[in-house]
Amino acid sequence: MDEKRNGLKEKITNSQIWRSMFRHGYEKTGRRYTLQILQNVWLHLHPPRVPRHGINFRFTWCMGGITFLMFLVTAVTGVLLMFYYRPTAEYAFRDIQYLEFDIPFGMLLRNMHRWAAHGMVIAVMLHMFRVFLTGSYKKPREFNWAVGVILLVVTLFLSFTGYLLPWDQLALWAVTVGTNMARATPVLGHEGPFVPQAITQSNDVRFVLLGGTEVSPSTLLRFYILHCVGVPILASVLMALHFWRVRKDGGISGPL
Amino acid sequence: MEPFLALVSKPDNVPIIAIIFLLPFFTWLAFSQGRRNDKAGTPAEAALKDKVYVWPYLCRAEFLCAIIVMLILGVWSIALDAPLEEMSDPAKTPNPSKAPWYFLALQEMLVYFDPWIAGVVLPGLIIAGLIAIPYIDINPKGKGYYTLKERPFAIATFCFGFFMLWIVLMVVGTFLRGPGWNFFAPWVKWDPHKVVSLTNVNLSYKFGIRGDLTANIFGFIVVAGYFSLGPLLYFWKRKTSRFLQELGLIRYIIVSFLFLTMMALPIKMILRWVWNIKYIWVSPWFNV
Repeated sequence: MDEKRNGLKEKITNSQIWRSMFRHGYEKTGRRYTLQILQNVWLHLHPPRVPRHGINFRFTWCMGGITFLMFLVTAVTGVLLMFYYRPTAEYAFRDIQYLEFDIPFGMLLRNMHRWAAHGMVIAVMLHMFRVFLTGSYKKPREFNWAVGVILLVVTLFLSFTGYLLPWDQLALWAVTVGTNMARATPVLGHEGPFVPQAITQSNDVRFVLLGGTEVSPSTLLRFYILHCVGVPILASVLMALHFWRVRKDGGISGPL
Repeated sequence: MEPFLALVSKPDNVPIIAIIFLLPFFTWLAFSQGRRNDKAGTPAEAALKDKVYVWPYLCRAEFLCAIIVMLILGVWSIALDAPLEEMSDPAKTPNPSKAPWYFLALQEMLVYFDPWIAGVVLPGLIIAGLIAIPYIDINPKGKGYYTLKERPFAIATFCFGFFMLWIVLMVVGTFLRGPGWNFFAPWVKWDPHKVVSLTNVNLSYKFGIRGDLTANIFGFIVVAGYFSLGPLLYFWKRKTSRFLQELGLIRYIIVSFLFLTMMALPIKMILRWVWNIKYIWVSPWFNV
């Protein structure tokens, strides 16, 4: 019986179809462990081997990975939310209510999206804290730290643009308060210092951000596009650079 | 107590509560390893330099971590609903209006600085300063392991900025600011009609200067004097300090400028609390 089973197994795993999908077996050898990483598109960003302290939770806190995980969660739940949401003043708020009360698991979907977004901000802060305390920004990783700082800003901007979309009082006024700062931008904001005469309420940097002189339906559309298309693309590009650079700069930092 | 409890239990403020618990834990985790490494002389990570296979060891850890985080996120999403208030109404301004929690340190800074500083210049300098860190920190020690002793200035400065000026201001802005952005202790009922007498005066006024031009010049001298403290120290100490010679003038000026700018915030806060100082420097174009 055993022989028969093994024969069948061999036949399947040696077939053209199986071999076309899976290039290596599952034996417990270093060669296979290496191939497992190198020949897998999802895992190949990893090196085949890392220093032992690199898998130590006490050292890494796993926060960079958690940040990426939260980004993936918001991406998946965000795409699902887009099926039910229209970024116009007439529909936006009603669509959220509809989502909460009538769509199966709609509330759960929205909760996961919002809490994952908050979780991402927390994880980014802790990741930066860890990288700072282990001195991992030092030569040769200076540039990747800079990319990380930009990613922090991008994360905050992603969260901030999403904050407006429910179009309720909380959203409107939080974004109003947040964008009012732009009025005071030196030179480019109409209430800031050193403003040229030509800069007014209707052409300053805040106008560009809001698409109007106050948070209005055109702001909703603008933030929607930034939130769902513009900033996620920027974040993805920078993340690709960030992860690639981790490898190129010598993998996880460690004592020499 | 009521508005305070309502604020603390607001679903959108849960991240701040989480940070209040997470940050001390991770600080302890880092500092205890730093102390252990300092005591041992060689970092513990140095003993773990042999390589292990990513598959299965690292992938297993990542997978486990992902499952645990997703579990926490799942429970959080089932237990707590995302907030949805009434439909937006531009004619109905809530008092207080607050930015999202991660911007509340900036909003809290508005108490002490004009919007162009608190809302634009300081955030810009925070970003620029963070990016500059690897280029101005020339200490080769403490790379890739936890330590406190080998880089005390870097760690103290970062932790002061992060804890005191970012987290604490965020907590104050979120939980202790009520109508009119007035300060309310947790046990005090929010009174929308609370009257706070505005007795703040400019620094020049405190020194008996009344003329606009003289006040302007006075303010300029104070601010310029403050920021030249750094360069003065450099020229005073450079002959004897090997550290300053290694750092170089340009790096040193950037370090001192960023450091003094960061310290300007707590200095202004104390000036406001103790002597009711409004502005340090009043000019026709801007106030500092």
